[in-house]
Amino acid sequence: MHISFTKEEREFQQEARRFFAEKFPEDIKRKQDSGAVLSKEDYVRWQKIMYAKGWAAINWPTEYGGTGWTPIQMYIFSNEIARANAPDMLPFGVKMVAPIIYTFGSEEQKARFLPDILESNVWWCQGYSEPGSGSDLASLKMRADRDGDSYILNGTKTWTTLAHMADWIFCLVRTSTDVARRQEGISFVLVDMQTPGVTVRPIITIEGEREVNEVHFEDVRIPVNNLVGEEGKGWTYGKVLLQHERTNIAGVARSQNSLKRLKEKAAQTIHGGPALADDQNFARKIAAVEIDLKALEYTQLRTLAAVAVGKAPGPESSILKICGSEIQQELDALFMEAAGYFALPYVPDQYVIDFPEDERIGHGGETNTSLRYFNNRKASIYGGSNEIQKNIIAKHVLGL
Amino acid sequence: MDFSLTEEQTMLADSVSRFIANDYNFERRMKIAESDENFSAEIWQTFAELGWTAVPFCEEDGGLGGGPVELMLMMEQFGRGLVVEPYLANIILAGGVLQRAGSDEQKTNWLSGIIEGSLQAALAFSEPQARFEIADIATTATADGDHFTLSGQKAFVLNGGSAELVIIPARTAGAQNDTGGITLFAVPADSEGLSRKSYKTVDAHAAAEITLSNVRVPATSVIGDVDAGHAILEAVIDEATLAVCAEAIGIMRTMHDKTVEYSKSRVQFGVPIGSFQALQHRMVDTLIACEQSHSLLLWTALLTSEGKPDARQAISALKYQVGTAGRLVAEEAVQIHGGMGVTWELDIAHYFKRLSAIGILFGNADFHLDRYVNLSAI
Ligand SMILES: Cc1cc2nc3c(=O)[nH]c(=O)nc-3n(C[C@H](O)[C@H](O)[C@H](O)COP(=O)(O)OP(=O)(O)OC[C@H]3O[C@@H](n4cnc5c(N)ncnc54)[C@H](O)[C@@H]3O)c2cc1C
Repeated sequence: MHISFTKEEREFQQEARRFFAEKFPEDIKRKQDSGAVLSKEDYVRWQKIMYAKGWAAINWPTEYGGTGWTPIQMYIFSNEIARANAPDMLPFGVKMVAPIIYTFGSEEQKARFLPDILESNVWWCQGYSEPGSGSDLASLKMRADRDGDSYILNGTKTWTTLAHMADWIFCLVRTSTDVARRQEGISFVLVDMQTPGVTVRPIITIEGEREVNEVHFEDVRIPVNNLVGEEGKGWTYGKVLLQHERTNIAGVARSQNSLKRLKEKAAQTIHGGPALADDQNFARKIAAVEIDLKALEYTQLRTLAAVAVGKAPGPESSILKICGSEIQQELDALFMEAAGYFALPYVPDQYVIDFPEDERIGHGGETNTSLRYFNNRKASIYGGSNEIQKNIIAKHVLGL
Repeated sequence: MDFSLTEEQTMLADSVSRFIANDYNFERRMKIAESDENFSAEIWQTFAELGWTAVPFCEEDGGLGGGPVELMLMMEQFGRGLVVEPYLANIILAGGVLQRAGSDEQKTNWLSGIIEGSLQAALAFSEPQARFEIADIATTATADGDHFTLSGQKAFVLNGGSAELVIIPARTAGAQNDTGGITLFAVPADSEGLSRKSYKTVDAHAAAEITLSNVRVPATSVIGDVDAGHAILEAVIDEATLAVCAEAIGIMRTMHDKTVEYSKSRVQFGVPIGSFQALQHRMVDTLIACEQSHSLLLWTALLTSEGKPDARQAISALKYQVGTAGRLVAEEAVQIHGGMGVTWELDIAHYFKRLSAIGILFGNADFHLDRYVNLSAI
């Protein structure tokens, strides 16, 4: 048993650390550190910097422009990007749709879509959930009816993150109802958001931002060659993707970074008042999450070691999702608790760079702590809710 | 043993609950909360006309002579309706100080206006460095002839932006955390040297940060005795804590009820989600949390209205309970609503935010558990 890195891995770690220290733009960093929402322009600028370094697609094989990294390298990279508190690539293109395209798509589709995803020229969003189909995704109703060389789409997708900024959407749609299992009538299609008949309506989330949307499709005509893989196989493809989403969701390195910041915060005094770190109650709570997080780090490393010797991540990845989201949420609650009354002013706009310093409320980020706590209740809901994860474990691990 | 209410108490609770059902639906509440004023002057007048602004004050002061039980009943309903009108700031906090310690002249000048609904007031009970310690006061008041000069900072003054009168606790003697040496001052908000940054809060109420730089007030602005403000402040904050706990319990019950309803109508996998035992047990847990909290609320309200010495400890017990049980109920309600639970559009999100804010207000669960321990040691 050993957990030390090889010489090459340590060198790689240094390289990544240097890259983030030197290349992550200062103005975006300031927003990110105070918990403000980043604009599309911020993301694109940063993602293009990662692209220029050749690090846009850490999970892709080299033949499509990915890094071809080992799981250990990806792990080191995720630690370093979190340590720098730099944002990850938005997942919808590079982590979600691209693996499906390069695994199941045609040569034409690969050539057409992958380069623009890599370069952050085209933005994607994920159209799975529908108003009547959340946890029970296989009940989805949005239809794709064949008409010559086209499909005609009708239906509604919902909770679509960043659809209002996206150029394309990938959808699970129903191509047939005449099947033994309802999963068999589901297909995976790609839709240009500019196609006539697509409308996007905002859904404002609890903290007051526009993060998700409803996307309506009314007689939307798309060419048949926007179907990925085989008709009726979409569910199988989509499931592969969900598995990916679940390992990413653990967010161990991000949580370690937040824990570090929480400790720094607790050690500070506000206007000469006593530091919260001296309060035993609070110190114990920090210790408790720290212990949970250490355990999760090793649970993740165990999964990683298994993947490194060629085993596929199984339903155990559900454990990572459950523990990872609960730890993030507990950290959010502790940030809010640390802020005391300063968690309560609703002043989300005060973190832009040019906001006058003397008009700010709080001492740095406190007023955003409650908004983040409220908003991040989503972490145990999306990507397959924690209840659904437990059902998966009960069924596939425990055999119940 | 009798937990039943008097006829007057029942009528009061019914009248508030009717008002909320008929005149304060969620849509209207959201309109008011999103307006610049942050509360409705018209509704505030209605509260005064219905006599609600007079409830906790004694009859000689123009009040209705209600006590903790009446406040509890009203606040529970305000919780259910997510009422944003500044009842707490005006009536319980500022009004509470004036009622307990105000001179006849001060009551005529200020309290009657508060009861009539014509005067907006606030109590600056917190300072930036103080966290939840009300005795931690760095704001100073220096005597100068028949005047005092006040300087310092107050944080999170509820209703501080609209208030025409702000009650400022300031230090006239003693060290920063001493309970002795605190004096309460009635300060007009337009006094020279008083500046404020107003804002809405995440739970759709309003507050302000207030800075005092050499604000000169006459000695007649002292409320009660010089150096003796702490006991008044503590009694008022205790009553306010009880009141917000009642409000919280109204919210918890509503969130629980709405969640159970939702689980009966939301269908996934061909059945209502309420049929999954994984969720059923959790809704039973939230019901238990509501019942246990309600029991502590009744106990505390009774001890307080009988003026029992252990009422203070009971208030801390209750606030601790509401902090922990409230978080459980709120988080479960959101979770069981799925994505809907984190949308602005649905009331659940707004109940959640108010409940979380109450969790912090006047000290969080940890603070009150410590206070409970300290009070038992006495
Ligand atoms: C902020 C946010 C962003 C999102 N982004 C996207 C996106 O980009 N694209 C996309 O397609 N979707 C997205 N989603 C949707 C997300 O995947 C769904 O919200 C999720 O699948 C849950 O579905 P639901 O909201 O309909 O809840 P429901 O399925 O109605 O569930 C309600 C509650 O019932 C529980 N439940 C359901 N079934 C069971 C069961 N069998 N046993 C026990 N408990 C059960 C759930 O766990 C939950 O607590 C997003 C959601 C949110 C909140």
